[in-house]
Amino acid sequence: MAFAAFASTDAAVTKPARRASTVALVLLLPGILYMVLFFLTPLISLVITSFQAELPGGDIGDYIPGLQWQNYVDSASEYLPHILRAFGYALAATVFALVISYPIAYFIGVKARRWPLLQSLMLTLVIAPFFISFLLRTLAWKQILSDESPVVLALKAVAILPADGHLTGTPFAVIFGLTYNFIPFMTLPLYTTLERLDIRFLEAGNDLYASPATTFLKVTVPLSMPGIISGTLLTFIPAAGDYINASRDFLGSSKTAMLGNAIEANFLTLQNYPVAAALSIILMAVILILVGVYVRRSGTEDLL
Amino acid sequence: MAAMGTFAEAGADLEFIDISKRFPGFTAIENLNLTIPAGSFFALLGPSGCGKTTTLRLVAGLEEPSAGRILIGGTDVTQTKSFQRPVNTVFQSYALFPHMTVLENVAFGLRRRKIDDPLGKAHEALRLVELDHVAARRPAQLSGGQQQRVALARAVVNRPALLLLDEPLGALDLKLRRQMQLELKSIQTEIGLTFLHVTHDQEEAMTMADIVAVMNKGEIEQMGAPEQLYELPRTAFVANFLGQSNLFTGPVTGSTADAITVDISGRGIVVPRTRAQRHAGEVTIGVRPEKLLLHIEAPSADAGTNVLGPGRVTDVSFSGVSTSYIVQIPGLGAVTVFAQNMVFGPVVNEGAEVWVSWTVDHGFGLEDEPAHGSRFPADSSTNAIAVQRRADLETELEGA
Repeated sequence: MAFAAFASTDAAVTKPARRASTVALVLLLPGILYMVLFFLTPLISLVITSFQAELPGGDIGDYIPGLQWQNYVDSASEYLPHILRAFGYALAATVFALVISYPIAYFIGVKARRWPLLQSLMLTLVIAPFFISFLLRTLAWKQILSDESPVVLALKAVAILPADGHLTGTPFAVIFGLTYNFIPFMTLPLYTTLERLDIRFLEAGNDLYASPATTFLKVTVPLSMPGIISGTLLTFIPAAGDYINASRDFLGSSKTAMLGNAIEANFLTLQNYPVAAALSIILMAVILILVGVYVRRSGTEDLL
Repeated sequence: MAAMGTFAEAGADLEFIDISKRFPGFTAIENLNLTIPAGSFFALLGPSGCGKTTTLRLVAGLEEPSAGRILIGGTDVTQTKSFQRPVNTVFQSYALFPHMTVLENVAFGLRRRKIDDPLGKAHEALRLVELDHVAARRPAQLSGGQQQRVALARAVVNRPALLLLDEPLGALDLKLRRQMQLELKSIQTEIGLTFLHVTHDQEEAMTMADIVAVMNKGEIEQMGAPEQLYELPRTAFVANFLGQSNLFTGPVTGSTADAITVDISGRGIVVPRTRAQRHAGEVTIGVRPEKLLLHIEAPSADAGTNVLGPGRVTDVSFSGVSTSYIVQIPGLGAVTVFAQNMVFGPVVNEGAEVWVSWTVDHGFGLEDEPAHGSRFPADSSTNAIAVQRRADLETELEGA
């Protein structure tokens, strides 16, 4: 009797849990299917492509399945400058975007709390560029920074830029474009964490002999770390793979080509699919490693 | 000024000179003059919205006064920034940094002031509040009472000349609050700091503080030792905010060298001259409910006692230590009587006819003009306080 009683309770306890997991599985199914179809399948196909070998005597763009590890070594060494530029420019753009966005987000999220109308107005202004196509905006910057533009003429007039200098086609223009395009992605996550920042912590910091600057570094920044992490990731990851800003048709030149431009050229112009695939995998792997180390080292587990 | 690398030598006295604080739309504090002597445990008691928290924030430097000066230990700190003042606060919300361990929270102030061995001293402070075993945890992993003690350790460890406590025990349950009250008091005696404690809990203020100042509508109504305030309240607000009182108003009809007689709907009530603030005209007099005695028969007239009655008992409520009776006396209204439970059950039942009496020495006369009795209508009722607290809590929750 006693055992039977125990057994029945056991069953009663486990049953609802199993039913719940079945429901969860059913609910997840569309998502899983989607991921398999549109992420896993292309990824596997990309990996397979990256190992393909050239068809001896074949046309350009003819490849046979193979296990060419060499593709990775070749493409990495050939496009090393592109890889370095991709991550270097992305890093610089992320830093600049952070430096520019933090004060904006702080103002909207903390200082403007008393005026909700001003808050929403400023948030709208941050998002406003999205109403115009990314390509159009970048093209507009190309106009603004072009050789005959008032900006460049003015800079030449005050001798900041040498007489034969350019802005377009330089790393400056590319980093500028990347920074400009990703500022909303940096500002919005920063705003969401700063908006929840409890002013009483800042008062406590002040009360405990921390000057406003120290309070900012020791209290505000650590407490806004979740926003800083997501903002930098939302900027760095797409910026590292970006090929619009650095493209010759927009703000870059062949000297500023990034990894994205190399992948684009190999896929579309050179039709060297294995190299393009290998570069894509390299880009993905490096981003994964960098992001993993970054998130782990920032130690925001308790705050996220 | 908070010196780098050293602690304050001892508690400092705090002086407010003509302090006013106006916010857009209302005045929180008007012309406040107040001196808190060094080494004392000073409680600022008042209902929500009376300006006591604003007073505290002015001392901490978190608000700037609209007028007047604040002196700490004789030094004018009115223009000094909050982080440069030798003052620490235990916040009502505790405001423990969530991204730091308990130990780092406590060491925060020491590190900012570059004091030697911050971690050692932080451990010491945590031992003082018996929480050294949780030093490595995050504040979120502690209970409310533990967080409160960490907040206390974080402030005390800096040995401020002045320690500000902003209703720090408000979030604790009754038992823990009692325990923390004793702990706070013993810490204060042990390290000899000046404590400025802000609270709306009259019992807390009376048990802990050496000096209590009762604040109402941005002004201090009365200030003194707890016993003095309780035994001899000067205004109706104090008489009702600090404990309960039976108040009666009537004209002075007789006056001798040491007593005045007040006509309370036909009965002459005698109040000692020294215990009455006003000696002529319409006056309000009062007596504490526990000073009253209930009689089932009319007590014999005696020079040393005042008698009111007969009246009818309309309510009897048993509260453990004592029983409270409400007696309706025709022409006077309700009189509250607290009687110690010396025998089992209430001595009289509802509906009984009773007389109340008290020794003349227990009465007190208030300084309020009876016409001004309505100056404190809403604030003194516990209901209004509860409503106000709820509103405050709601705004706080919205802000969070």
